[in-house]
Amino acid sequence: MPTWRRGGFAATPSKPGLEELTAAGNEPMHAASAPLTRLLWLVTEVTGTVEETPRVRTLLLDAHGWPGHRPGQHLDVRLTAEDGYQAERSYSIASAPGEQLAITVERLANGEVSPYLVDEAREGDGFEVRGPIGGYFVWEDDGRPLFLVGGGSGVVPLMAMIRSASGPTPIRLLYSSRTRDDVIYREELDARAGEGLKVFHTLTRAQPPGWTGYARRIDAELLREVAFPAAERPHVFVCGSTRFVDAAADGLVTLGYEPESIKTERFGATGG
Amino acid sequence: MPVISRGFRGRRGEGPSDRIPPGQHRVDDFPVLSAGPTPHTPLEQWTFTIESGAEPVTWTWDEFRALPREEVTVDIHCVTKWSKLDTVWEGVSLDTLLGHVEHDASYLVAFCDGGYTTNLPLEHVTDGKAWVAYGYDGEPLEPEHGGPARLLVPHLYFWKSAKWIRGFRLQDEDEPGFWESNGYHLLGDPWQEQRYWGD
Repeated sequence: MPTWRRGGFAATPSKPGLEELTAAGNEPMHAASAPLTRLLWLVTEVTGTVEETPRVRTLLLDAHGWPGHRPGQHLDVRLTAEDGYQAERSYSIASAPGEQLAITVERLANGEVSPYLVDEAREGDGFEVRGPIGGYFVWEDDGRPLFLVGGGSGVVPLMAMIRSASGPTPIRLLYSSRTRDDVIYREELDARAGEGLKVFHTLTRAQPPGWTGYARRIDAELLREVAFPAAERPHVFVCGSTRFVDAAADGLVTLGYEPESIKTERFGATGG
Repeated sequence: MPVISRGFRGRRGEGPSDRIPPGQHRVDDFPVLSAGPTPHTPLEQWTFTIESGAEPVTWTWDEFRALPREEVTVDIHCVTKWSKLDTVWEGVSLDTLLGHVEHDASYLVAFCDGGYTTNLPLEHVTDGKAWVAYGYDGEPLEPEHGGPARLLVPHLYFWKSAKWIRGFRLQDEDEPGFWESNGYHLLGDPWQEQRYWGD
């Protein structure tokens, strides 16, 4: 049985994964050096857009004074109407640190901010962002294998990790989309796939003729075929809808992954 | 002066402004957020423990369910920007739980299945401000929403309402929990928009 003590979660020797959480989850260095200055709203200009799918668009941003970020983090967007009305939402950062800042946004039915970002905003338009936000769903390359599981636009923070990878760390991406036309970053993923990065697609709703990838929702058997063996102690990041994340995370636990080694993020939580 | 976003009109009249804190918007569904897999602790193994300077006090599930219960209707506010109005919960007031221990602590750290922790000043969880909830909307609390039991501190951002709670530790000093160590505010008052470090 795990026990709790001052300062965090004490591990028993039979559960090495818990030790990891103490190290990764508490991040005492970060806590101790918490910046006392507020994350400021930064004047931001749209410098370009990329139509990724019919429902998804990438916006390239010039955020004046952006402090940099780590792969997996997100930012807040604030839109202001002419009469001063404002709306805020959070979006995952799609770009690697050091690249031009980019977010990738899916248009949500009945959304307030996402339809503007996907359909209306164009080069030269402005809004505000602040960030980076989040210190948990963040990849630090320590050489251990990296297993990424994304559903739909849940691939966005995972793409920031893929774009950040430079060394020999083996990476596998399991990516679930409804149809081939819904696959975000399709060409870039094709181009990046190779020795270091293996990409496994599953198309859950319709498959084109001659499709050789998976054609069903993620389940334990599919994970067994794709995931690194638990003994290799991969870092795991899962991002998607709640149902998707639960299926993937529960499946990985049944494969012997320590629950504490699986970092999840669920989208759809900000209501568009 | 904020930047005007050309062509942005926004959706208006989403809810009474005195109930929607700054930067929030109203939702009618119940989004789920958590950092890892959903734990599934069998009720026969579930306990709730208060740790303080003295002997810890522990309840089994049946003992916990026998404690005086309250039903409350509250608004909740998630730091990811959604607010949900008039949510109905059933559970045990922290006033009731703290009545079982003698202490002179000023803070607590809640601990949960899955390793999650969160910190709270006691003045923010006493006098009818916090509960350990096991019912939502007339039904047992679903695991994805924190069942069998979660903390409910509705006047603070909802990450403070720790899911899958198994107890808390009373202490003299404040100590950042999980999200508080990962960029989020130590207290998290939505009306002050205390989302992140430094807010």
